[in-house]
Amino acid sequence: MAKIKVYVTPKHGVLDPQGKTVEAALHTMGYKNVSNVHIGKYIELEGPENKIDEMCKKILSNPIIEDYRYEVTE
Amino acid sequence: MKFGVIVFPGSNCDHDCYNAVKDVLKQPVEYVWHQEKKLDHLDCVIVPGGFSYGDYLRCGAIARFSPVMEAVKKHASRGGLVLGICNGFQILTEAGLLPGALIRNRDVHFICRHTDLRVENAKTPFTNKLKKGQILNIPIAHGEGNYQCDKKTLTELKKHGQIAFTYHGENPNGSVANIAGILNKSKNVLGMMPHPERAAEAILGSADGLGILSSILNTR
Repeated sequence: MAKIKVYVTPKHGVLDPQGKTVEAALHTMGYKNVSNVHIGKYIELEGPENKIDEMCKKILSNPIIEDYRYEVTE
Repeated sequence: MKFGVIVFPGSNCDHDCYNAVKDVLKQPVEYVWHQEKKLDHLDCVIVPGGFSYGDYLRCGAIARFSPVMEAVKKHASRGGLVLGICNGFQILTEAGLLPGALIRNRDVHFICRHTDLRVENAKTPFTNKLKKGQILNIPIAHGEGNYQCDKKTLTELKKHGQIAFTYHGENPNGSVANIAGILNKSKNVLGMMPHPERAAEAILGSADGLGILSSILNTR
């Protein structure tokens, strides 16, 4: 079994209301140079490396609105 | 006409749907637990609102793998009617029974209030008692009701008359083309964010939802 880190992020071009809200808050706080804030999910799991792509496509992400990538750590 | 209301762990509009069908439409209705695998005896399946599986991961993402969802797909493929309301709509998109996806509301908060809907297609099993352009007052209650799809899908939806309802006036959640509810291509599956079952009797503040529910009886 491999230790795997999965990152799920909103697809570019898809509206990201959370990212927009946090970006506006950062601007309000004075961090004027911040842009392109996007909020996604981070999932850790231990499982079979040869099934991770399938799991990402089927349930961990929704390919209509999200992208995913993963790292196998050990 | 025999109705079934699916119950997932976390469904919370199942009783409202059951009540609307039993006491207002006066039709036979039963609860269907999410572990069920057969829906052969039902004419119309309602996938109700709520927070199935706590809305963990994404709304509807886990519910769509419940055993009953395979049966719902079979029911839909043989022409049976499926009505997904709110969380039910989210589950139907996750299950691939309807195109697109529902994301966080534009203004990021949960919205619970009455909205005006415009009927965009009155020639469906769910809208045949209504008129195109008619305005219905029906409540919404959601945090993730912002319907999104790519341009190609939107063109297809428009071309095939799959947009059932749009928000009239202000769009509460930022959905593309003001979409509030869509149908599959063959029009036997409807997903909508507003709650017709919460507007099925005058005592609830509006009975406009009854137009949708009673249209279903008109189809057979």
